[in-house]
This record gives sequence, structure tokens and C-alpha cells, in this order.
Amino acid sequence: MATPRKAVALISGGLDSMLAARTMLEQGIHVEGINFFTGFCVEGHTHAIRAKDRARPKRNNALWAAEQLGIRLHIIDVIDEYKDVLTKPKHGYGANLNPCLDCKGFMVGKAYQWMTENGFDFVVTGEVIGQRPMSQRKDTMPVIARESGAGDLLLRPLSAKLLPPTRPEREGWVDRDKLFDFNGRNRKPQMALAAAHGITEYAQPAGGCCFLTDATYARKLTDLWQVRGSKEYELDDIMLLKVGRHLRPRPHFKLIIGREEGENNFLEGYRRQFTCLRPISHHGPLALLDGTADESDLQLAARVTARFSQGRNAPLVQVEVTRQSVTTRLDVQPLAEDEIPHAWYI
Amino acid sequence: MTRHTLDARRLLCPMPVIRTQNKIKSLAPGDIVEVVCTDPGATNDIPAWCRMHGHAVIGTETRSGEFIITVEVGKIAG
Ligand code: SF4
Repeated sequence: MATPRKAVALISGGLDSMLAARTMLEQGIHVEGINFFTGFCVEGHTHAIRAKDRARPKRNNALWAAEQLGIRLHIIDVIDEYKDVLTKPKHGYGANLNPCLDCKGFMVGKAYQWMTENGFDFVVTGEVIGQRPMSQRKDTMPVIARESGAGDLLLRPLSAKLLPPTRPEREGWVDRDKLFDFNGRNRKPQMALAAAHGITEYAQPAGGCCFLTDATYARKLTDLWQVRGSKEYELDDIMLLKVGRHLRPRPHFKLIIGREEGENNFLEGYRRQFTCLRPISHHGPLALLDGTADESDLQLAARVTARFSQGRNAPLVQVEVTRQSVTTRLDVQPLAEDEIPHAWYI
Repeated sequence: MTRHTLDARRLLCPMPVIRTQNKIKSLAPGDIVEVVCTDPGATNDIPAWCRMHGHAVIGTETRSGEFIITVEVGKIAG
């Protein structure tokens, strides 16, 4: 018997990528999964940080999906390379800061590169025509195939019958007749196929697979870029955007204020990199000050922090301020609720 | 057989898995790596990744809020 052909499948953890990989397995193809970590992936970070959720630890969706499929998964860190995709998207952004079309081209391109380096034959994705307004349209499918470099070695089993035959189909590595013609946003065919394969549990990301589709997150990232005057970021920056309340009382500094114990602990890990404020006379949050602050700014920051402590109605709250390993204590009057303008919230 | 430690503290999922995967690439079958992490999700994810790649988790313990996952590198590379 001939050695089976090998496909590398993009696995997000969602249903479509699972079905695409399963369809290949059914045809006797050797499948391995690949998943890219951009730093923006919705991987339950808020969940991992928040104390109340830690009792039921989150699993990685892609790993879980791969295990259900019985395939290996390779998770690749693309944090640095992704910066160019996000900051200079040739095809622009979707509803928020999501550069979906460039992102898909990039990921398929990386999978194609992995395929050639590891002696695999083709790339598989769970893309469905008409499913997503930006990246999954009939006219953008060829764009992804072309710009990724994968060309006709890119097979989308779920919509293959609506697309020109790819090389795996033409060469008979896979049987085109057993592929699908899914189209549009209707999820019924996928549900039926999932049921037929006994797949009952899968991740259902709302809106998309990453934080860049989230309006609040996009606003915080835009703020970060504006203040820096450039679209630069590091992994720590984008992680911190997922945590706490973000308030910008002055253009030159913002405060990241923990909302509960888990977030406070997480922020604590950054105390050496930022000025750190913490109420000590009353129970209250840890706050990081990102930016520059003179004495009056520190007073203001302490008053904001005190506002979110249990001493919010007390005449004075003592706040410990640590800056470059030097700790001072400030006795401040907490800001009243109406002294925190809505516009400070990022 | 050599013993190694991997510091994955403060990293959130899936970074501990990625670091484990990259570390194991440079090791030989039978080597032991102790991964120290703080994200509890890693206690699900690292064993799951090991199962699918043929490596054995030979111990998981919690020490002062940190999770230590001990992995024995299997025959299958990668
Ligand atoms: S939602 Fe995010 S990860 Fe998914 S294609 Fe769009 S930009 Fe990429």
C-alpha cells in the first residue's frame, strides 16, 4: 500500500477546523495540526488570571480539538512576526483592529512553509465561503491561496466543491466527491456533519478567534499606539490590555487597576516595570501607572486608586506608592464618583 | 539521561506549551524536563501536548502556588 499523503491542518479549536481535519482523516490522509499564537488569541487569559475562575482551569482549545481528532498539534509562537501583519495590513482592518485577510494569508503562508520543511504534501483549512465578511468570501479565497504562496496546495474541504479543483484533488490524493459545498453563514451543515462524526463539544468563539475583533480591546490598543506615537508593542503590553480597568486621567499616564484578587496578583508581577500603587489603610486594588507622573499626578493616581478601594467613602485613604524600588505613602482623599469622568475610561 | 528545568512562570497558555515543545526539540529520549509554571491551565495543556507527541508526564505537583510538571522525553522527536 502506498504511503498516505500528509496534510498539515490549521487548527483553531473551532468546529470548522475540526471538521476539515476530520474530513481528511476519513480519506486516509495523515493529518497533523498547526496553531499559531499571535498573542491576541482568545485563550482564556482573562479566565486564567481571574481568581474566581482559577478553580476550573481552562484548557487550550486547539490542543483539545487535536486530541479529539487523534492528531498531533504543533503550536508555533509567531508573536514577533505577527507585528507586521497587524501594524501594516495590506488589506486593512475589519470592524475593529482585526486584519483578517492579511492574518489568514500569513497563517496559511506559515503552514505552507512548515509543510515544505517537514515533508508534508498540502495545507488544509476549515475556511467556508461566505462565513466571515472579510476573509472568507469567494473572492478572497484565491487571494489567501496566492499571497500565502500555498497556491493550489491549499485545500478547504468544507467549501472545496465551490472552488476550482486543487492539486490534491486533481492528483487523486483526495476524493473531491467526498468534499463539501458549504456556503454562507448558515451553520446547519456543519452541525449535521459534526453530529455524524459524533463531535458534540467544541469551542464557539463569538465574533472571531482573537481579541482584535473586540471593540473594547481595540480601543485600548489604539490608545497605546497613539500615546507611543507608533504602532509598536511587546507581548507584555498586549497581555496587560486584557487585565483590569484602564483609565487615562492625563494624556501622559494611564492606570491599570486590578478588578479582583487574581488580577491584582497578575499585575503584581509587573511592579518592577511600573510605578505601583496600593491602598494600605483599606482593602483595595493594585494599580500600575504606565507613563510619566510628577508629584501632583501621583496624588491624582492615588486618589483614583483609593476610589476603587473599600475606603472609597472614607475621608482619607493611605496609598503606598512604589517607584523604582522607592516606597512612599500618601494620605489622600478618594475621588468622588462624579470626579471620574467617563472619558478617562479607555 | 540528563535533567533540565524550564522556567515558564508568569507565562499564560499556550506559551508554557510552546516553551516545553521547543525545549524538548533539543533533548534526547529519556531526558527529563521539569516545567515550572504559574498558569493552572498548563497542568491540562502540557500533559495533553505530551500525550499526542509520545512524551510521558511522570509527575505533577503544586509547590507554593507553582505547578511543576515533570516530563520524560519519548522516542518520537518533536
Ligand atoms: S479574527 Fe483574529 S486570528 Fe482570526 S483571522 Fe481575524 S485577525 Fe486573524
